[in-house]
Amino acid sequence: MLQFLVRRLIVAILVAATVMTLAFILTRLSGDLAISIAGPNATQADVETVRKAYGLDRPLTVQFFDWVGRAATGDLGESYFFKTKVSKLIGERMPITVTLGLTGLVIALLVSLPLGILAAVRENTALDRVVQMVALLGQAMPSFWLGLILMITFGLQLGWLPISGTGSWQHYVMPGIVLAFSAIPALTRLTRAGMIQAMGSDYIRTARAKGLSRASILLKHALRNAAIPVVAIAAVQLGFMLGGSIVIEQVFALHGVGFLAWESIGKNDFPVVQAVVLVLAVIYVALTMVADLMNAVLDPRLRGP
Amino acid sequence: MSVVSVTAGPKRGWKSISTWIGAMIVGIAMICAIFAPLLVPHDPFAQDLSKRLLPPFWMEGTNPDYILGTDQLGRDYLSRLIWGCRISVLIGVTVTVVSALIGITIGVLGGFLGGRVDDAVLFAITTRLSIPVVLVALAVVGLLGSSMTLLVLTLGLLLWDRFAVVARSTTMQVRNLDFVAAAWCAGCSRFRILSGEVLPNIASHLVVVATLEIALAILLEAALSFLGLGVPPPLPSWGLMIAEAKDYMFFSPWVIVIPGVALFVLVLGINLLGDGLRDMFGARTDP
Amino acid sequence: MSALLEVDHLEVNFGGRVSAVRGASVTVERGETHCLVGESGCGKSVTALAVMNLLARGARRSAKRLAFEGQDLTGLSDSGMAHLRGNAMAMIFQEPMTSLNPAYTVGSQMTEVLRRHKKTTQRAATDRAADLLARVGITAPGLRLGQFPHQLSGGLRQRVMIAMALMCDPKLLIADEPTTALDVTVQAQILRLLAGLQRDLGLGMLLITHDLGIVARVAHRVSVMYAGEVVESAPTAELFANPKHPYTKGLLRCVPVPGKIRRDEPLGSIPGTVPRIGPGFEGCAFRERCDFADATCAHTVPRHAAGVAHDFLCRLPA
Ligand SMILES: Nc1ncnc2c1ncn2[C@@H]1O[C@H](COP(=O)(O)OP(=O)(O)O)[C@@H](O)[C@H]1O
Ligand code: SF4
Ligand SMILES: [Mg+2]
Repeated sequence: MLQFLVRRLIVAILVAATVMTLAFILTRLSGDLAISIAGPNATQADVETVRKAYGLDRPLTVQFFDWVGRAATGDLGESYFFKTKVSKLIGERMPITVTLGLTGLVIALLVSLPLGILAAVRENTALDRVVQMVALLGQAMPSFWLGLILMITFGLQLGWLPISGTGSWQHYVMPGIVLAFSAIPALTRLTRAGMIQAMGSDYIRTARAKGLSRASILLKHALRNAAIPVVAIAAVQLGFMLGGSIVIEQVFALHGVGFLAWESIGKNDFPVVQAVVLVLAVIYVALTMVADLMNAVLDPRLRGP
Repeated sequence: MSVVSVTAGPKRGWKSISTWIGAMIVGIAMICAIFAPLLVPHDPFAQDLSKRLLPPFWMEGTNPDYILGTDQLGRDYLSRLIWGCRISVLIGVTVTVVSALIGITIGVLGGFLGGRVDDAVLFAITTRLSIPVVLVALAVVGLLGSSMTLLVLTLGLLLWDRFAVVARSTTMQVRNLDFVAAAWCAGCSRFRILSGEVLPNIASHLVVVATLEIALAILLEAALSFLGLGVPPPLPSWGLMIAEAKDYMFFSPWVIVIPGVALFVLVLGINLLGDGLRDMFGARTDP
Repeated sequence: MSALLEVDHLEVNFGGRVSAVRGASVTVERGETHCLVGESGCGKSVTALAVMNLLARGARRSAKRLAFEGQDLTGLSDSGMAHLRGNAMAMIFQEPMTSLNPAYTVGSQMTEVLRRHKKTTQRAATDRAADLLARVGITAPGLRLGQFPHQLSGGLRQRVMIAMALMCDPKLLIADEPTTALDVTVQAQILRLLAGLQRDLGLGMLLITHDLGIVARVAHRVSVMYAGEVVESAPTAELFANPKHPYTKGLLRCVPVPGKIRRDEPLGSIPGTVPRIGPGFEGCAFRERCDFADATCAHTVPRHAAGVAHDFLCRLPA
């Protein structure tokens, strides 16, 4: 197990290094950064000033190793636009994105687990088909559009929830629901498949032979085993949700990390963009490791003899 | 367990109905996409500021010339919708072609050669999955300026992971089958074995993945266009139509309902068809 | 007093297509070991699962009489049946490797059954579990209680299953080929354990096996199943000495004397396989493989008595 974790850690570091390189290349794609930063009306002299000021006059390799070296120590550079440390900017915005992601995940689990269990218990009935249909509908739903529709109905027409901003917990309900939609199909299908497999297993036959209650058979014996892959995927899904929240943050004007990245793209603020890409990638990789750990907690067989 | 559960029959009928519905939706979309120039009742780009925001047929005060009404610049909504379908299908298919080429090559190589190569393939997949797709696509388009080609290439370069995962695992299975072993023994070249034995045997799985990817690419294109960094205006991408109509949605919700429903139905249709194909082929698409 | 378990004319079919059990009758007396033998696929497990009402969904069960201690089981509600299962009637299975839940410790799985059926504290339940683990020959029971199934060997897991089945002092123990999946040496140990427990605790036991050596050593009574029917039933010595049904004779051909049977003697040294039978089948199911078959065997065949508590199903006279 420990060996496994060490291997995972090495892979994680390599992934982070690769993403760093890619993020660097990405921001240099347009050619001369200084021209973009200085803006369309800048004179040649302005561009030169910018180039000097941001160290863009140095050779690319020097710039690259400078960014890698600083990033490794947690220094993600300085924002061209906000004129503050990128790490500070991301640190300020991250709580909003994380709150949104966790809200989405909790909603997704609250919907997927019962639906998946219900479909499994009623396998091949009309109910099962309805659940599978719901999963398909969720998969086809354009999240930004769903966000707008929710805004019109629950925000404007019914007036139940605030339309944008981050003032209170109510502000996270609609974006959370929208974000949850992206994870519900996969989690529901996985729960259903896991429960069907568990319910057909020998240990469930044993549990029934012991005369245990239906609740205990379903929730204690079957779900515990069916949940193992679900929990792992849920962690990974959270990673995807944090990365994908950029669209929803924009729709609901939540000023999280995704919103920050979107603003920065519009302002050619490259240090912020490359830092957000890196941070999101590192979070994703960390979450996959968390998933492995949770698996080990849930499945005693992974903890070794 | 000696007592296996009996799988009941009725699923088949329902499955085939949903597959047919999916096929029908996809068929209609294909026709719209291919024959869009012939089908549009009006020029989808022609503005007429005197006919702005005409409501669609089910509302009051409609103009029978404009069944689905007009947008904020007086352009015919039905024509833009049909043209938008062309763009969605075009992007979905081309992105999938690019990502399939990348993903299948990588996946088959990893699955077929194993060892170091496979380690590298797995690493590439892990790295790819850790990259936030929407953000990177937005950044690329934001930096280089929006164009269809750039969008297709960017999404294609980002969406090959599922092809790689499925191609890799199915290739591994096929590699160990008897007839492939026999081909090895008969002294066939690696290329002959790959193209003659492996690819035909994993093709059905890849077709199913392709449907999923087309649907995903269409959704992503819409999201990027919605954020203003996808298809360049005045092209009527559905995502862009929603973005442009957003300012009017509180007063005339239909301006975003129409393109949104179109997007939803098309993606649902592709998924239904893919689901049906998956059952038909008994294919695996999950990692 | 009524018998411990009465099964009369049990019928089980799956989705109306497969008739797995066709009018089987089995009676287990208190304190008796009744062996159910027959080739693989002849319906032994389905019979046992039908008694416990553990059949898979899609299976349909009916019987003229299905009673435990005189209480009718066919009309019993799900919760009424759950109250009996694991309590007065317990079952162990053929697959020790997969029959325990991998996610919970041995102790937790053992104590939960006692706490479900009897009012006890967790403490008392743990004590009883430890006692029973010792009773089934497991050393260091305290340690084992805290372990997970994957940390135990197949033989140990089957011992745990046995101990778990005994937690609530059942009157009937159904054991479905409890040794088939185990190593030969372990098989003998587990079998000796079961026979000892049956004697000491006065259990009624329905032991399913296809090992005639086991039958000869532990059974009081034997029922031979073929294609969903009990084709012959008799006290053990009587059956070995005086088999009537051609199928039973075939089974015993090489091993006619009880006590002199080699262990692991395979059944089914008879050419052919058990036919899969759908609804509406008539006549003797053994006729394809029987040396004595004639035209009358295709019609309903009678059940004969052949002495005290001995009957068989064949057109041939006793
Ligand atoms: N869940 C099921 N669905 C359909 N047929 C079944 C099922 N369980 C058992 N059967 C059939 O019932 C017959 C008897 O099986 P079983 O009782 O397991 O035999 P055995 O005597 O080896 O224990 C077999 O033909 C088997 O195919
Ligand atoms: S009834 Fe006929 S076929 Fe069946 S066992 Fe007797 S003699 Fe053989
Ligand atoms: Mg059996």
